[in-house]
Amino acid sequence: MNTLKNNLKSTFLILLSTIIFTGCSDDDNPEVVIQEEVITTLTATLVPEGGGTTITFKSLDLDGKDGPNPPVFTVSEDLLANTTYNGSMEILNETESPAEDVTEEIKELDKEHQFFFQATNSIATFTYVDFDGDSNPLGLEFTLTTSATPGSGTITITLRHEPNKSASGVSDGDIANAGGETDVQAIFPITVK
Amino acid sequence: MKYYILIVACCFINIVHSQNCDSRFYGEVHDFHDGSPIIAATIYIETLDKYTTTDIDGKFSIANLCDGKLIVSISHLGCETKRLEIQISGDSFYVINLEHHIEELNEVKVEGKTITKLTKTSQETLLKTDAIERFSAFSLGDALKQVSGVSSINTGNSIVKPVINGLHSSRIIVMTNGVRLQDQEWGIEHAPNIDLNTVGSVNVIKGADALAYGGDAIGGVIVLQPSNVSLKDSLYGKTIISGHTNGRGFSLNSSLTKTYKKGWYVGAQATMKRFGDFETPDYNLTNTGLNSKGFSIKSGYKTFERGFNIYYSYLNNDIAILKSSHIGSIEDLVNAINSQQPLVIEDFSYNIEAPRQDVTHQIIKADFYKRFKKFGRLQVQYDFQNNQRFEYDIRVGDDRDKPAIDLTLKTHTIRTNLKVDSKSDRTYKFGLNVGYQNNFANPETGVRRLIPDYDKYDAGAFAISDFRLSDKTNLNLGFRYDFSRIDAKKFYITSRWEERNYDADFSNIVIDDLGSQLLTNPVFDYHNISASAGIAYKINDNDSFMFNYGLSNRAPNPSELFSDGLHHSAARIELGDLRMKQETSNRISGTYKYNRNALSINLEAFYNQISDYIFIEPTGTELTIRGAFPVWSYNQTNASLLGLDVTANYKFNEHWLLNNKSSFIKGRDLTKKQALIDIPSFKTVNILGYSNKRWLQLNTELQSELVLRQNEFPDNNFDVYIPTTDSEVLLDISSPPPTYHLLHFHNDITLNLSKQTNLNIGLNITNIFNTSYREYLNRLRYFADDLGRNIMLQVKFNY
Repeated sequence: MNTLKNNLKSTFLILLSTIIFTGCSDDDNPEVVIQEEVITTLTATLVPEGGGTTITFKSLDLDGKDGPNPPVFTVSEDLLANTTYNGSMEILNETESPAEDVTEEIKELDKEHQFFFQATNSIATFTYVDFDGDSNPLGLEFTLTTSATPGSGTITITLRHEPNKSASGVSDGDIANAGGETDVQAIFPITVK
Repeated sequence: MKYYILIVACCFINIVHSQNCDSRFYGEVHDFHDGSPIIAATIYIETLDKYTTTDIDGKFSIANLCDGKLIVSISHLGCETKRLEIQISGDSFYVINLEHHIEELNEVKVEGKTITKLTKTSQETLLKTDAIERFSAFSLGDALKQVSGVSSINTGNSIVKPVINGLHSSRIIVMTNGVRLQDQEWGIEHAPNIDLNTVGSVNVIKGADALAYGGDAIGGVIVLQPSNVSLKDSLYGKTIISGHTNGRGFSLNSSLTKTYKKGWYVGAQATMKRFGDFETPDYNLTNTGLNSKGFSIKSGYKTFERGFNIYYSYLNNDIAILKSSHIGSIEDLVNAINSQQPLVIEDFSYNIEAPRQDVTHQIIKADFYKRFKKFGRLQVQYDFQNNQRFEYDIRVGDDRDKPAIDLTLKTHTIRTNLKVDSKSDRTYKFGLNVGYQNNFANPETGVRRLIPDYDKYDAGAFAISDFRLSDKTNLNLGFRYDFSRIDAKKFYITSRWEERNYDADFSNIVIDDLGSQLLTNPVFDYHNISASAGIAYKINDNDSFMFNYGLSNRAPNPSELFSDGLHHSAARIELGDLRMKQETSNRISGTYKYNRNALSINLEAFYNQISDYIFIEPTGTELTIRGAFPVWSYNQTNASLLGLDVTANYKFNEHWLLNNKSSFIKGRDLTKKQALIDIPSFKTVNILGYSNKRWLQLNTELQSELVLRQNEFPDNNFDVYIPTTDSEVLLDISSPPPTYHLLHFHNDITLNLSKQTNLNIGLNITNIFNTSYREYLNRLRYFADDLGRNIMLQVKFNY
């Protein structure tokens, strides 16, 4: 029993020193988490067919998906009624300097992405112009056609990562069955005059 | 091991070695604890078939013996019989110590003895092995619901956290085999990592009166103890196999223990569970399977005087979380709540896909105890726990297989306990513990840490005294002090730092500015004082009452302090607060026990007033570039909890039994003058039982479980804007689901195969009528119904 006691004593000493050692050795600062695919900025540039003023929609959220500050949605100018605009998208990560162009990545992984467009009060309709390798819509390029009559409402642009492109209605731009993960959702207040 | 004889003796050495048959064997028999003489103990010389008994002074004498070896056994009622080898050489005097009032000692309980309660003056319920084995395939939280006043807060049906009198998570201590479980219990979706099959008995102590285990258990203490090891040469074990229709699952558990009369023992146990998707009466709950593996090994040496134990356990739970509960933004949540049906329903599968949790918990424990004559018992214990938690969210692209949460929690604890029990009318317990804990949040996840890296240091000391004032009155007084320091390294997004106004109050803890993020080093010290006083009074053989007061403090846990950002598995933004103060609980409770003829009633009432009660509630939405998310914030308020737990038994006759367990609880936010969130609703369980020993020891019971709608809840509903439809919609996140009533059936028989082996076959049906229902305290109630009917066949083989 004495040897047992001694064994236990030494075991406890070893354990105690382990605790003290592990307790004091780790003074390093934790690494910053490198968040993949951070998106801060979505810009849609709309060029009217037949000439006119180019209009930009911009959603900017510099503290990204985890920060408390809401994204700021800006529309440079009112849209004109009964007009078709040729739209193109630019997606940036401006937490890095220089800003990272996420548009390129979306182009490379086109099968894994799709933009969805929705307008309230029927102020606009949308058509996909570009398609992925499987001939499913992508939406980096699109056309926006405004209503014949003036009005106001919102236009929502959503970028989904890994949507189910073969689900019902998705190839027509219906987001309801798309699934996947939302990367960006931008809501622009629009006036068509 | 020649030290097995319990003799502290002085021998008169006779120098004369000639064969002498006039020798006398005489001595005294004492109680080991207080040294008092033991009267009427039997001294039996096996080799000569001679015996005598001790007199009023504990003395005995046997004359006319020849010199040489004798085998003597000393026995007394209430003591364990001692067998000694005695060397007679002339007149020989021995002092023999017996272990008296053996039924009070946890360590050397002989198998078959009643397992005692741990407290005399607290509201405590004991679940024995039989009651636990029925839940072999389920979780600790499921088994504990047998206790009136204990409910559960669930995330689906495999993640079940016990709720004691309305309190859960960090407010409950789970002690397993002497180790305080440290498994990131702060999270509501973190179930205790316990394999019920390692447990022999469960004691549920309501309130913080069990100060020996910790001072911060405002809700209560759950003490899980392994089955006792008997001191005899034996090899025994059991195997439990069960099959379930719901989830098409099985559970297999097997254990084997070898014991030796001298005190050595070694044992091992292993469990495996596999379930696929569970189902409600109407649809499949896609991605709700479970895969659990665990084993434990133990060994040691136990005698009355001294002993040691070593123990290792491993448990891995891979738990799928309902696919439909994964929401992308608040629009999905609105759709889920309004649709009343899960958005994803697929065919049955055993697959466990994201979202899921993969948690591994390991415990290593070593303890040593020694009993000192006329003094008490000292125990020293070291334990180490390693908890590895992965939470996998539905992620896309290269991150697909990466966990969203990867936390490693390591905890070392050393504790010593001294029990002074030499006086039979008073016992003192003293204890010291120190602990070190490290949490590591792996940055490889690519997701900002919800919980930061931290070191936590704990030190505590307690003194508890139990007095037996008379045969009828027991008094208990306890005091405890705990110090804890949490030293964290946490990144804050600068905008969040400013939004929370931390730049005004905590600018001194910023250690690095990375532009858009700040690295901070919050260090918080907490001093916790806890105290308890209890009195138990037995009016007569039929009636008794207890009264108890408990004071306790609980320091805020890491999630309450540091949570910040999107909790992916919950799809909500959770916000802690660095300004959190300790909670202080003042709880008074009274128990009345009535036991007359066929009727027994146990009434437990309590009032718990908690200052700075910490709770999480929905507080609105936050719009991010990915859309809007619900925000849940930790807040503090002054709260009160008032409740009554009833357990009643009525035996019609030898065979028929009626049992009722009911609990009623009311939680108030005293500051806002409204109901508290997440308070269990009124529940009553009625059991009609029939048993007959002659019919293969048949036990059968029909159980009715009625849970009323929780009508007292805070209204945290709010309007949300849905951009795709350009509309404001009410998000009904608060309204509790309606009343439900379920019927369950249990039936078992036992076949004795031989003297040592028996076979117990049980048939259980839960939710007989396949009733659709939702439970208020299930976080997935927004997304799907609860479980439908389950038929379980369980075979238990004891050998």
